[in-house]
Amino acid sequence: MMPKTLFNKIWDSHVVRSIEGGPDVLYIDQHYIHEVTSPQAFEGLRQRGIPVFRPRKTLATADHNIPTKNQHLTIPDEQSRLQVDKLKENCREFKIEYFGPGDPRNGIVHVIGPELGYTLPGMTIVCGDSHTSTHGALGTIAFGIGTSEVEMALASQCIMQQKPKTMRITVNGALKPGVTSKDLILYIIAQISSGGATGYFVEYAGAAIESLSMEGRMTVCNMSIEMGARGGLIAPDLTTFQYLNRIPPLSTRNDFKSMLLRWRSLKSDVGALFDRELAFNADEIRPMITYGTNPGMGMPIDGTIPDEGSASFMKALDYMGFNPGSKLTGLPINYVFLGSCTNGRIEDIREFAGLVKRRKRAAGVTALIVPGSKKVEQQAKDEGLDRILEDAGFQLRQPGCSSCLAMNEDKIPAGKYAVSTSNRNFEGRQGPGARTILASPLTAAAAAVTGRITDPRDLLNN
Amino acid sequence: MQIEKFDIIESTCVPLPLENVDTDQIIPARFLSATSREGFGGNLFCDWRYDNAGNKREGFVLNDPQYRGSVLVAGRNFGCGSSREHAVWAITGHGFRAVVSSFFADIFKNNALNNGLLPVVVPEEYLAHLLATIESKPDSIVRIDLGKQLISLLPDGEQVSFEINAYKKECLLKGLDDIDYLTAMKNVISAYELRNTLKNENRNNGHHPEGR
Repeated sequence: MMPKTLFNKIWDSHVVRSIEGGPDVLYIDQHYIHEVTSPQAFEGLRQRGIPVFRPRKTLATADHNIPTKNQHLTIPDEQSRLQVDKLKENCREFKIEYFGPGDPRNGIVHVIGPELGYTLPGMTIVCGDSHTSTHGALGTIAFGIGTSEVEMALASQCIMQQKPKTMRITVNGALKPGVTSKDLILYIIAQISSGGATGYFVEYAGAAIESLSMEGRMTVCNMSIEMGARGGLIAPDLTTFQYLNRIPPLSTRNDFKSMLLRWRSLKSDVGALFDRELAFNADEIRPMITYGTNPGMGMPIDGTIPDEGSASFMKALDYMGFNPGSKLTGLPINYVFLGSCTNGRIEDIREFAGLVKRRKRAAGVTALIVPGSKKVEQQAKDEGLDRILEDAGFQLRQPGCSSCLAMNEDKIPAGKYAVSTSNRNFEGRQGPGARTILASPLTAAAAAVTGRITDPRDLLNN
Repeated sequence: MQIEKFDIIESTCVPLPLENVDTDQIIPARFLSATSREGFGGNLFCDWRYDNAGNKREGFVLNDPQYRGSVLVAGRNFGCGSSREHAVWAITGHGFRAVVSSFFADIFKNNALNNGLLPVVVPEEYLAHLLATIESKPDSIVRIDLGKQLISLLPDGEQVSFEINAYKKECLLKGLDDIDYLTAMKNVISAYELRNTLKNENRNNGHHPEGR
């Protein structure tokens, strides 16, 4: 038998039908939906007069537009309230499981899927959200889709999809202290650009990837889309199995052992051919920040903004208020955002809290600390992280997508700089006119206590 | 359900010579609270088109009366970022039927095809030629022939072929959509489920560890 990539193994075993010269009909094991990209899909089903084909394979959560304060109250913004109510109604009508605001299982769709044990190795997973690639950290084919495809998944538990090409990104070596999984992925994206993996599905491999925790792997896979990749996955290993083993209702299932046995076979065969192979060295990576308006415009925190000269490049620098050749360390900033499906997990809050402990929030800095889920929020409280944050002048909010896309009121004002642990620094992403600098939770913490772009390694050493 | 059929279009073009145009620019997130597919066209490129007070920004191409038409020509990696199909609804809502670029983000491309908006992928050099021609002569007319998979500038410009998968081409030419196709093969899907339930117990059995 020809050696096969993990991607091809999972994909091929989910093809219900191959259409000649066209896409595959791909079976979807797990479908996630949220309030923003699903209403038109349900409306489509109604117009066609058809039911949801497999309602138990879709899970719904409200995350994108909900407030991160006072979630027990009615959502103040009328449009947002309507949208969340609509999701709840649609789920009731079509018999889909729904975790609304305040529910102990609620949270950002890409945080709750893995932590509640819905996302399992070997699955195919889709969601009307480009960061669905997050779930690839558990060895799944997971990718974002549009609303027409959400309707397909609801109507038939399948979507029509052209098989992407395969790319392997091997990261050798080990990350240095103060350098995180977020820096690793920002580094890779800066190397290959925001469109550099378009048309590909990535497998991450190598010692630096293997040594990451599940949270770290999710951060890496999450941002696969930011280099244009359809998705990114990591072969499941002991770290994955131990993570899954900590999800009690899953590990106590009587078939858990047989599942484990099968998950162990989920890896690329030796000699499997990828359409493209890239390799990087983790030892070379320093804490990363972005200076432009796409995630590919990143550099080491102590680096210098390059000079590319193109109209698009200059437009981006103009928006950010930066010049080629300048450094960003020491730049005063006004806002810090810790959270999102990229960095809203317990490990991220631990890292942030660890650095701000026994320090104080800098004067003039507004920080939004938003857990990725109710479970993360609860765990942060159980570990006393909320107290550490409060002592340093920060407040832990309630879960949601929040300032990552600023659909709720968590907006960064025009012209202000925000050091953000989220995934996109697009123009206006965090609010009209907002200027986003993407960074790790450690770099965000360093900015929060100094009020400037600060190399977190300088604080970790003291 | 029918989507609008696509065959041949001849139209003037709107040039947008920027790279990496993301879907947040095409339709900012604050407009995503709507629950229907209509009404997004007016907010296409909202923050590039209008200032904070709602006045038109001079210099942005959609505010330039010289440029009209149903074909948008944009720099590479068009439609990157968020999966929001609202971006496509905004583009079609504004009246565009095709977007030409040297490459599109994958999700945007699928969303476009699912809504009868044709993504035309051309070589980088041809894109540069097209943009330069349109910018110097705004009344230039481009012809896009989906059947023959050819794009050219009228009356006698070079004919350049573009790729599209055969199935999607057929769907666009006939105005068919995928859901009719998928719902017509439910028996095949059920049979697939049966085969795989026997093989893989963790799949296809409505696995809800904490849910119920």
